[in-house]
Amino acid sequence: MSTTTEAAEPASTVDLPESTGGGITTFDITLKVRRYIPEFSDEARWDEWTITMQGTDRVLDALHKVKWELDGSLSFRRSCAHGVCGSDAMRINGRNRLACKTLLKDLDTSEPITVEPIKGLPVEKDLIVDMEPFFQSYREIMPFMIANSPAPSAERYQSPEDRERFDDTTKCILCAACTSSCPVFWTDGQYFGPAAIVNAHRFIFDSRDDAGDMRLEVLNDKEGVWRCRTTFNCTDACPRGIEVTKAIQEVKTAILTRAA
Amino acid sequence: MQVHKYDVVIVGAGGAGMRAAIESGQRAHTAVLTKIYPTRSHTGAAQGGMCAALANVEEDNWEWHTFDTVKGGDYLVDQDAAEVMAKEAIDAVLDLEKMGLPFNRTPEGKIDQRRFGGHTRDHGKAAVRRACYAADRTGHMILQTLYQNCVKHNVEFYNEFYVLDLLTVDEEVTDEDGTTRTEKRTAGVVSYDLASGEIHVFQAKSVVFATGGVGKIFKTTSNAHTLTGDGMALAYRAGLPLEDMEFVQFHPTGLAGLGILLSEAARGEGGILRNADGERFMERYAPTIKDLAPRDIVARSMANEVREGRGCGPKKDYVLLDLTHLEPEHIDAKLPDITEFARTYLGVEPYTEPVPVFPTCHYAMGGVPTTIDSEVLQDNDTRVPGLFAAGEVACVSVHGSNRLGTNSLLDINVFGKRAGIAAAEYAADADFVELPEDPTRGVEAMLSTVRDGDGGERVAAIRAELQETMDANMQVFRSETTIKEALGIIENLRERYKKVQIQDKGKRFNLDLLEAVELGFLLDLAEVMTVAALHREESRGGHFREDFPDRDDENFMLHSMLYKDPEAVTEGTQGIRFETKPVVFTRYEPMERKY
Repeated sequence: MSTTTEAAEPASTVDLPESTGGGITTFDITLKVRRYIPEFSDEARWDEWTITMQGTDRVLDALHKVKWELDGSLSFRRSCAHGVCGSDAMRINGRNRLACKTLLKDLDTSEPITVEPIKGLPVEKDLIVDMEPFFQSYREIMPFMIANSPAPSAERYQSPEDRERFDDTTKCILCAACTSSCPVFWTDGQYFGPAAIVNAHRFIFDSRDDAGDMRLEVLNDKEGVWRCRTTFNCTDACPRGIEVTKAIQEVKTAILTRAA
Repeated sequence: MQVHKYDVVIVGAGGAGMRAAIESGQRAHTAVLTKIYPTRSHTGAAQGGMCAALANVEEDNWEWHTFDTVKGGDYLVDQDAAEVMAKEAIDAVLDLEKMGLPFNRTPEGKIDQRRFGGHTRDHGKAAVRRACYAADRTGHMILQTLYQNCVKHNVEFYNEFYVLDLLTVDEEVTDEDGTTRTEKRTAGVVSYDLASGEIHVFQAKSVVFATGGVGKIFKTTSNAHTLTGDGMALAYRAGLPLEDMEFVQFHPTGLAGLGILLSEAARGEGGILRNADGERFMERYAPTIKDLAPRDIVARSMANEVREGRGCGPKKDYVLLDLTHLEPEHIDAKLPDITEFARTYLGVEPYTEPVPVFPTCHYAMGGVPTTIDSEVLQDNDTRVPGLFAAGEVACVSVHGSNRLGTNSLLDINVFGKRAGIAAAEYAADADFVELPEDPTRGVEAMLSTVRDGDGGERVAAIRAELQETMDANMQVFRSETTIKEALGIIENLRERYKKVQIQDKGKRFNLDLLEAVELGFLLDLAEVMTVAALHREESRGGHFREDFPDRDDENFMLHSMLYKDPEAVTEGTQGIRFETKPVVFTRYEPMERKY
């Protein structure tokens, strides 16, 4: 994955294709959001708004439009708004997505767009869930490098191939889209869940790390990898394109093949 | 009201805050207060790399890095601070590697390095490979690695705790010559727990501000919604100065119309900019390093192409980032995330089509003034005992009037570490300062004013007008006319803000309330920014005045220091006092800045 090759110097002037850009399109959508405000009612309810949105708008823009112009009490987490911070995982039309990465024009706008909190974690208010159980599982797999040999004075070396081995699972942003899409997690909140296993994988397959066996032992638990039923919901849900189910399978194989 | 007591309280859990926490947490009883979960911090959005003169792939040394940083900042950099940063960059990268950061590697297994804007070999001779990186998600890897190490060291986090007041006390100090003066000391902070709506007081010997930047002052920005300048505004309201706030960096390659960042690494890996004529226009503006000129120069060149009618698209309001001459495999290996952004948000395939881009507000060079040991200053010379700051909230000043790409990831690591050590060492010898009487009074008053307001003004409407005027008048081209236009609107919005009204009246997760509080921060800082910009009648780095297009070292080789002061008037604005601070020179004389 490392290259230091020189690209050929590009031409000073090129002919550009005709611009395909058009004017800004607008369209109406109906946003249907699962509301729950325990201070004022024990009952959850659905609220609907019909709003006019633009061609490049995402579900997050629609939520903001409601919050900023129509109902300031609508509550959801968000920060970066372009799919790298992991704040705004939610269930959009029944699928776990990041609201900031889901373009409205890619959804069926002839029907109401439904938005619900992710499943399996306690709902605090509207689309906000308690993330603590999720982070608890993450902490239990020891998500940090443990190297037995004394640190060298300079860098540890690692071949590009060894680095590539765990590249996919370094992409995780801890948004919980995978874990909260998992049917096993919905029925058994004790299950570590895909995200914790992904983060264990990131260290188990890092050639610099020496604690793989310890993590495999943790995941060999009855609430560990063996609960996975390979439904691939997690892989479908991952907004970073991580092959989550494959990573879980690799961890299972590693448990079976490790030195006794 | 709950009261907590810690030796060290760190405010903010991005790169600087967590790097500080790793040091402080091992030396002193430490808490980290953060308004969002640590891994949501905007350090994670940084892409391209972190420069350090490791010389892993070609000859390099930290003195060249220092020079590039000073020249890149158009000589407003404090050179002693730039030396510290460039020298300690090497250990900062090695520290991260030892913590587990998965850098890209050379065929021999060393940390790979690539080119970045303004980073050169031997004082400007050619671009140099200095940026250590992990594809185009270096910031993500830094944020994850630091969080992982905070977990390893059992750092105590208070997640979704907003800090809304800095508590200081005034003390009489007698100097050696017998004169007495009043000095501020740190007593702690007042925090708001988002989940419950309860107010918590944190008494601390040391407080570290690591709250990040203020990009949401502009409409088009690469910054997160949460970057509202909280730490800068709290320091300013506590009577501390803000330094060089007129200098804002506009990153050249934001996705057109959206502002989402496309890393400079795209150009470091060989991408180039073209105008509507298909011309590689940077050959005209920076003949030696072309598309890899520093960001202020590239952003201004792009805006100039658009202004002179060579923009692209139906409104001729953007230029193109062309990667089509690069191999798709190379793009996939080195730039996977940004090419996905182009596909997801604009529906453009970067393998075959150039990507529409335009400058986007990216970084505040100014902030809370600190020493090279991250101690906050209350005037040009006097430290605030027990108060530290690091990262974008701070102004050391290592970035001067324009930050070089990758130097922010470096800044947070070098000065985050220094702040953590300094805060813990200070706390080891210091006593707690007694809390002021009724420490939550200010915060309670502020919150009840917003919660009970019935004037009918909407937060979102005021914020949108602020952001629009800042984009229109305070972007890469400024003049007395545009700055005054912005300032007039800001003053009007500040009046309207007094009548703000929110809808959510609950205590739990009341983000409606907090957005109103954050808007107050933005308005204070917008006023400071425009007043500073009006005062600086020259062009330097990120601050370009069309009415004063040249750099004026004779009158303006000085840092701006702005204080909140009800008695003072600056540039016709009541309530701001303007002072200056000398720039620190060590070995580099100012030269004309050419690339």
